[in-house]
Amino acid sequence: MIATQVMTSQGPNPLAVPDNAPEHCPGTDSQDAGKASACAGCANQEICASGKTKGPDPALPFIKERMSTVRRKIVVLSGKGGVGKSTFAAQLGWAFAADEQTQTGIMDVDICGPSIPTILGIASEQVHISSTGWSPVYVQDNLGVMSVGFMLPSSRDAVMWRGPKKNGLISQFLKDVDWGDLDYLIVDTPPGTSDEHMSIAQYLKESGIDGAILVTTPQEVALQDVRREISFCRKVGIRILGLVENMSGFVCPNCKTESQVFKPSTGGASALAKLTGVELLGTVPLDPRIGKCADHGSSFIDEYPDSPATIAYMNIIDRIKKLLDD
Amino acid sequence: MALQETPVSKRLASVKRIIIVLSGKGGVGKSSVSTQLALCLYASSPNAKVGILDVDLTGPSIPRMFGVDGRGVHQSSDGWVPVYTDGTEARMACMSVGFLLKNKGDSVVWRGPKKNAMIRQFLADVRWGELDYLVIDTPPGTSDEHISLLEHLAPLQPKLSSVIVTTPQAVALMDVMKCISFTRAVNLPVLGLIENMSGYVCPCCGEISNIFSTGGGQGLADKEGIRFLGSLPVDTELVTVLDSAGVVEEDTATGFEVLERYRKTATCGRFEGMVRGIMANIP
Repeated sequence: MIATQVMTSQGPNPLAVPDNAPEHCPGTDSQDAGKASACAGCANQEICASGKTKGPDPALPFIKERMSTVRRKIVVLSGKGGVGKSTFAAQLGWAFAADEQTQTGIMDVDICGPSIPTILGIASEQVHISSTGWSPVYVQDNLGVMSVGFMLPSSRDAVMWRGPKKNGLISQFLKDVDWGDLDYLIVDTPPGTSDEHMSIAQYLKESGIDGAILVTTPQEVALQDVRREISFCRKVGIRILGLVENMSGFVCPNCKTESQVFKPSTGGASALAKLTGVELLGTVPLDPRIGKCADHGSSFIDEYPDSPATIAYMNIIDRIKKLLDD
Repeated sequence: MALQETPVSKRLASVKRIIIVLSGKGGVGKSSVSTQLALCLYASSPNAKVGILDVDLTGPSIPRMFGVDGRGVHQSSDGWVPVYTDGTEARMACMSVGFLLKNKGDSVVWRGPKKNAMIRQFLADVRWGELDYLVIDTPPGTSDEHISLLEHLAPLQPKLSSVIVTTPQAVALMDVMKCISFTRAVNLPVLGLIENMSGYVCPCCGEISNIFSTGGGQGLADKEGIRFLGSLPVDTELVTVLDSAGVVEEDTATGFEVLERYRKTATCGRFEGMVRGIMANIP
């Protein structure tokens, strides 16, 4: 079964794409609105072609209001997939929430491959609606989470959505979710630099993104994509807090020798950091238990507080707090 | 359903088989598998003609893996000329958005409709010529690129098939499950599932560590009734071959250096076995 309409019964429909839009709807705020070939025959073609829809997104003031109670907004990015964005975002969330006074939220905007619910061990939860909006799913009292994963009838369902629909959902995540007062909102993103990233940057422009954390692995193929991500951040004006190099070195459990699984053939993240003037926040060694914890939905830093990877994580998180002046 | 003729179907009429490499999850080795698949198909016969198309528009890795980073694409009267990675033999044609960028740090920040147009151009406007196989490498997810690709290729349905790549951990398997749902929804035959990064051999003592758990691929394949093609351990030699290939030489390529270096890796033998499995399965 394919979920293309998961949320029609849950709250208002995103304004960016009408529910009855044709499949290839370019989005009502696009330059092609009302003019693209897909628009032929659409009931809203005239409205779109008139240019009325190209004004600022009507959702923006609502997003601004909702985000006014969020103190810090942090985006976790990486051009490449599978480098540990979601794992890092989750650890960051857990680490912030370790202080009972700190209210933390995690928003998963990876619409096609949401991993956050599994990593946080809340994959079977559902989103509830109240008069103030959609309630996030709480891992603990001060750690709320929102992901498309909570909205699918089954985890096997593929979300086959084009950009405008994804943007609509992201805008809803920002304006319709009852985040409450938050000290930190961590946004976990999908790989690449496309609709999701542009939307986040655009929707949060007025409220301000406090910084981006770029996650990478040491090999050139991953660093290439990070370079693209750096240029993206600079283009749209997002402050880069720094780089995190994940899966950097592996200590054999048998002979305790450290080896490089993903060889930094071009000098790894530290060389990239020097070259681009972005700070290297730290390197996290590859520890198979990190992946295992993610699969089981438990917090690695709580389970293995003395491991070198935990120490690396904690140093990075301290540094992030310092950069944010907290 | 009558198959309509489109610019894409006209252009690809001279392509015998199209194999799409998919995985819901990022960073599991789609591009590495696509590259290996293309290399093995190329080596399978002295006359085999292979094309490789990279539709990962915001994170193209294929040029780097083939060591043709920084090459440009030329325009001819008959469309774009792909980059031939094997030099003068011209049996391995490669196309990626990476060839169209001025420098490697440039980001392609595109929304869906633009990506869709680019993919159509890659399929319809590239002078692919006669090919035995066209391998298509995709980005993670099940979104614009995938929907567009399958729509454009719909008139060529009988030639299409796919290979799915995963890593063993549960987080990856979940996304791959979504990807399998996708292939069913669009009626795309699956030749099989490859489990990548299955175990890591310590270069010092030879101990095998399951850095990303193990066995998940086989389990998923059994459950979903998909053929399990096999598992590939993390091969640091392969990472190096596919990573730094670009720095060796540029326009002077006479032989096919990546292929020769690939053949020396331990993974090559294993992968060739899988390719035989794939080929036997192609209708």
